[in-house]
Amino acid sequence: MLGVEQVGARGRSGTDRSVVQVQDKVQVAEGVVTLTLAAPDGGRLPDWAPGAHVDLTLESGLTRQYSLCGDRWDAHTYRVGVLLEPASRGGSRYVHEQLAPGHVLGLGGPRNDFPLVPAESYLFVAGGIGITPILPMLAQADLLGADWRLLYGGRTRGSMAFLDELSVHGDRVQVRPQDEHGLLDLAGFLGDPRPGTPVYACGPGPLLTAMERACAGWPARALRTERFVAAEQAAPVRTTAFDVELHRSGRTVTVTPDTSVLEALSAAGVEVLSSCRQGTCGTCETTVLAGRPDHRDSLLDDDERAAGDCMYPCVSRSCSDRLVLDL
Amino acid sequence: MTLTPDLATDVPVDDTDPFGHEHLEDPLPFHHALREAGPVVYLSRYDVHAVGRYEQVHAALVDWQRFQSAAGVGLSNFRTEEPWRPPSLLLEADPPRHDAPRRVLTSVLGQRALRTLRERWTADAEQLVDQVLAAGTEFDAVPALSEAFPLRVFPDAVGIGHDGRENLLPYGDHAFNAFGPPNDLVQKGEHRVAQLSGWVGEQCAREALTDDGFGAAIWAAADRGEITPQQAPLVVRSLLTAGVDTTVHAISAILYAFATHPDQWARLVADPSLARVAFDEAIRWESPVQTFFRTTTTDVRIGDAVVPEGRKVLMFLAAANRDPRRWADPDRYDLGRDPSGHVGFGMGLHQCVGQHVARLEAEAVLTALARRVRTIELAGPTRRHHNNTLRAWESLPVRLTVD
Repeated sequence: MLGVEQVGARGRSGTDRSVVQVQDKVQVAEGVVTLTLAAPDGGRLPDWAPGAHVDLTLESGLTRQYSLCGDRWDAHTYRVGVLLEPASRGGSRYVHEQLAPGHVLGLGGPRNDFPLVPAESYLFVAGGIGITPILPMLAQADLLGADWRLLYGGRTRGSMAFLDELSVHGDRVQVRPQDEHGLLDLAGFLGDPRPGTPVYACGPGPLLTAMERACAGWPARALRTERFVAAEQAAPVRTTAFDVELHRSGRTVTVTPDTSVLEALSAAGVEVLSSCRQGTCGTCETTVLAGRPDHRDSLLDDDERAAGDCMYPCVSRSCSDRLVLDL
Repeated sequence: MTLTPDLATDVPVDDTDPFGHEHLEDPLPFHHALREAGPVVYLSRYDVHAVGRYEQVHAALVDWQRFQSAAGVGLSNFRTEEPWRPPSLLLEADPPRHDAPRRVLTSVLGQRALRTLRERWTADAEQLVDQVLAAGTEFDAVPALSEAFPLRVFPDAVGIGHDGRENLLPYGDHAFNAFGPPNDLVQKGEHRVAQLSGWVGEQCAREALTDDGFGAAIWAAADRGEITPQQAPLVVRSLLTAGVDTTVHAISAILYAFATHPDQWARLVADPSLARVAFDEAIRWESPVQTFFRTTTTDVRIGDAVVPEGRKVLMFLAAANRDPRRWADPDRYDLGRDPSGHVGFGMGLHQCVGQHVARLEAEAVLTALARRVRTIELAGPTRRHHNNTLRAWESLPVRLTVD
């Protein structure tokens, strides 16, 4: 049905854009679960491309980044894979042990720091849960008619997720559990440097360090990596109300957890021009004079986020008690 | 308008030619009829379906999975017909091929990337307004302001040479006509299309571009491997096709809106910070880009009807932007309104990638005018410029009063 589901509240309001609901949780390998996430109202989720990740804010206020590993042609659900990390400070343990269908999580992004660049051939190397951003890249490479191969390593076969989905690709995929094959033979897999063939790698730090060495003879920028360690979030984001002070008028507007900054401003009679209300078009960019924004957009890179001097109030919120905006 | 129930699908049928001169001169009555007929209408003249209500237009725009662009965003179906030029990597592409060019252009034309241009364009606009006013306070605003300002700043921002810039407007005009049916508007451009396309193509080469513009930034992305060297000139071409006529007609739309709504001009003069809202409200009110087509990738239910796979669907952005189901008192140009969410720039992953450039140009011109001009009124009969896709003015005689 083309209509109400996509417009309704979602088209006009940012409220339910900031959360997703767990639809399904499935154990797909030892220590790995996948979550299927959907908008509570069943509407479209923001678009994404292979390599993208989302920020999910858990009940405790912890925010963790997870690569999207589902099908972008399904506009209504996201899939992420989560590894139970023994040294977990609460994120993955919470997801594995407590999170259940029906629970609601805060959503930021999607953002993409690991995009698939156009090429006629690709090499992919994944270690463990690092398979997640690679998985949709393989589907994309197939769609583009590109030539590609994947080397996928893990501790044991039982710990390696998505082997069933990968089996359709036949001998393009080399599955190499460490207990059967030892360390990955990166040099053998890569072969001689091939200009015009990007090498995508995702996995634990030691694997990526080894990849950098193995690709030393390749053209600059041939190797594209994403470090699979949760970026250290400076502080838990707040799940309670905060104040937005409008510098030019001196007014203060309180933003409650169930409303966006943009909506709170509008309700107070302060109109900020916006368009997509998904944190993707950039129309509502607003200068931040003080306070620390909780960035939920798809636009700013890490440096721009760290600078903290602007925000997109259609989706972004606040980490601090008070934000001062140039309005 | 005739309404004949189609027995197969129960879709209202309409035999109007929305690309005929009568409707291009004043499309509002047809837009009204289209919205009232239902969520989807079959246009028998062209064998296409059409949507005119905000809800369905918005939904079709964001749903790239079921409403594809790669079969062309005009009437011509690229699945069966040869495009008149190599398809755009942005406008006439779907994911995944659309991803990389879009990502590059989003970055090159992003609001943060434009910060360095703001000061220069503000000064350019003040200079232009001073020049125009020095020559007199009664003039045709289309050449004097609407065309003059974008042509002054945009080609420089892209970084093309000075020779041949007079080709930009006719090329854009033809490209936007070509989204419609092969009518007289398309025919009138055909004798020059090879020459114009050739010139535009030459401007897209790395050697033809300055080293500090949008064009150079696109080639730098190719050097970083983010797009291929074969894609780079076509991405530059998108800027030259879509970046000039659209802004020209948008600036005309604002000037016409203010000339016919003096109370709103007084409001802007009193509070120039309304310039951004004034521009987006003009985009909503006039919709310089009136229509685009999509092609269904599967059977799609719209209202009670099913549009079969492989059909062209004509989206009336202009009708959606004045849909009373979405906008209160939609025919009124009102700076007190929040125009956010209008579909004049489209919506979703094909939404106008140059919208921040357009806003910056318009804001510069409006701010410069508001600084000096107390009143704007029409000084004679206005004349429309007909285009199959664009709503435009050929002539807007205005009379201004200044301090």
